[in-house]
Amino acid sequence: MSATRTAPAPATAPGTGAPDEPATTALRRAARRRGTRRSLLFHVSSLALLVVILYPAVWMVMSTFKPSNQIVGSVSPVPSTVTLDNYVTALGGIGGVPFWTFVTNSLVLAVASVVGVLVSCSITAYAFARISFPGRQVFFAGMIATMLLPFHVVIIPQYIVFNELGLVNTYWPLLLGKFLAADAFFVFLMIQFMRGLPGELDEAARIDGAGHPRIFVSIMLPLMQPALVTSAIFAFIWSWNDFFGPLLYLKSPRMFTMPIALRAYVDQTSTSDYGAQMAMAVLALLPVMLFFFAFQRHLVGGVATQGLKG
Amino acid sequence: MAAPAATTDPGRVRATQRKKRADTRAGYAFLSPWLIGFVALTAGPMIASLYLSFTDYNLFSDPRFTGLENYQRLFADPNFVQAAKITVTYVLLGTPVKLIAALAVAMLLNNARRGQGFYRSAFYLPSLIGGSVSIAIVWKAMFIDDGIVARVSELVGGGPAGSGGWVGDPGRTMPMLILLTVWQFGAPMVIFLAGLKQVPGELYEAAAVDGAGPVRRFLRITLPMLSPVLFFNLLLETIHAFQIFNSAFIISGGTGGPARSTLFYTLYLYFRGFRDFQMGYASAMAWVLVVVVGLVTLVLFRTSKAWVHYSGGNR
Repeated sequence: MSATRTAPAPATAPGTGAPDEPATTALRRAARRRGTRRSLLFHVSSLALLVVILYPAVWMVMSTFKPSNQIVGSVSPVPSTVTLDNYVTALGGIGGVPFWTFVTNSLVLAVASVVGVLVSCSITAYAFARISFPGRQVFFAGMIATMLLPFHVVIIPQYIVFNELGLVNTYWPLLLGKFLAADAFFVFLMIQFMRGLPGELDEAARIDGAGHPRIFVSIMLPLMQPALVTSAIFAFIWSWNDFFGPLLYLKSPRMFTMPIALRAYVDQTSTSDYGAQMAMAVLALLPVMLFFFAFQRHLVGGVATQGLKG
Repeated sequence: MAAPAATTDPGRVRATQRKKRADTRAGYAFLSPWLIGFVALTAGPMIASLYLSFTDYNLFSDPRFTGLENYQRLFADPNFVQAAKITVTYVLLGTPVKLIAALAVAMLLNNARRGQGFYRSAFYLPSLIGGSVSIAIVWKAMFIDDGIVARVSELVGGGPAGSGGWVGDPGRTMPMLILLTVWQFGAPMVIFLAGLKQVPGELYEAAAVDGAGPVRRFLRITLPMLSPVLFFNLLLETIHAFQIFNSAFIISGGTGGPARSTLFYTLYLYFRGFRDFQMGYASAMAWVLVVVVGLVTLVLFRTSKAWVHYSGGNR
C-alpha cells in the first residue's frame, strides 16, 4: 500500500473532546477548558519551534529564486524579484559535463544500492533470525560491533586493494559493500522485524517439508515487506547523499554523483555565485524531499524501531 | 524454540542430528554474503591497517616497517593535537546539547493528542538532510559575511563578525557546526518518543496521587524508564560525532580552515591518507580513533550499569 499521508493541519481543532463516562457537565467543561489551554500552549510552542527548525530549508529554497547578489545577507526568505536564472545556470552543467549526467550517475548508484541492500541484508537477517547454527551468537556480536566501528579503519586498505585492482574511478568500490550486507543497520532492522513474526509459520512449513530457501522466499519475504520498504528508502537516500565514498573513488567528472559534482561546482565558482550553488543544492535534495513527503511514516517508524529492544 | 524432547530412540536422535546438520549448512549458506563481506571488507582491512600503521607506505613503493614511529610522530604533530582537541570539544559540547534538545522536544510532543505525527515528521526532516553537501552549502551561505546569523547575533549584542562572517572567524566555526548538529535533533527525538510511549501511564497517576510534582515525576519516573533509550542515543550520537566530516569539509572549502579551526580528526586523516598519500600515518590515526571510540564505548557500557534501568518485563 502506498502510504502517502498528508500531514494533518496543525493548530486546528484543539480539545479533542474524547467521549468519556458521564460526569457532571460543569466538571467536564472545566476539564475541557484546561485541555484547550494546554493544547493551545502546545501548538504555540511547537509552531514557534517549527518556524526555527524549518527556516534554513525554506530560506534555501526561496533563495534560489533571488538574484544571485541578493542571497547572502537577506534575512527574509521572500524574494523581492523572482528569477529563474539560477536554475538555468545550474542546469548548464559543470566543466562541459551536462547536469543530467550527474543525476543519472546518482540514480544508477542509488538503485543498484537498493537492490544490493535488499537482497544481501534480507538473506543475512534470515540466517540470524530464523536458523540456529553454531557460531551464530559470535557472528551476531561481530555484526553489531561493525555498527559502532569507525569506518576509517578499513578505508585505507580497501582503497589500496581497489587501487591495485584498477577499480578506482569505477562504481565497484561503492557498490560491493551493498551486495555483501556490509551495512549492519539494515540487517539489524530486518532481524528485529523477523523476530516479531510468529515462529509457527516456519514450523508448519518445515513439517510440510519446505527447506529454508523455500521458507525464506515464500513466507518471510512477503511478510517482511514493511521492513523491506523502509530499508529501500533509507538505502536510496543514503546512497544519494553519500559524499565520502564518491570523494575517494570517483575521479573523472563524467563519473561524478550529485554531491561531489556540487562540491566541484562550489570550488570552481569562486564565492560570488551563491544563486546557482543554492539552486544546484536544492536540485540535489529534491529526490530526498520527495521520498520524505511520500514515505515519512516509514522513515520515522524505521528510526523509532531501531532504538528499542536490541 | 520448543525444547528438544529427551528421547532414547536412536532413530529419533539421528533424525534430529540430521536436521541440526541441515540447519548448520543452511545457516552458513544464508550467512555467506555477509560473512564474505565481513572478512573481505571489515576484518581483513582492519588487520591490514593495523600492520600499515607500523610502516611507512605511500602507495607507490613497498611499505617499510618503522615500528612505533608513526604513533610517536602523531603525538608530536601539532596538527594532530589540534584535530584531536577540536573533535573532542565538538563531541563534548554538541552531543549533550543535541540530546537535551531531542529529549525536551520529545516530552513536549508526547503530551499532544493532535498534530503529533505532523510535528514529529517535520522535526525529523533535518536529520534526513542535515549531513548532505547541500545543507552544508546552505549553512555556509547563512553564516558567511553579513548573513542572517551574523545579523541576528549582532542584534542580540554579539560582537560584529569580521570579514567572512562566522565562517571566517576561527572562534565561531565551532558554534556554527554545533548548531548544525543540534539542528538535526530529530532522529534521537523520534527514538525518545518511542521510548516515552512505553512508559506505563499508571506510574504517573500513582505518583500524582502521592503528590509528586512534575520535576519529581521527571526525575523519578521518566528518566529511569527512559534510560535504556537514553543510553542508546548517547552511544550512537557520541560515536557519530567523532566522525564529523562532510559539513566541516564543505564549509571550509576542503581546507580545515580558518586557522585550522575546522580541522576535525577525520578531515586530517583524509588529508594525510588521500592528499599526501601517507597511508601508514593515516592508518595509525585511524587506529587511535578506533581505540578512543572503543574506550568511550566501554566506559559508557560500564557506567551504564549504574544508571540504566532495564525493567523486568522487557527483553
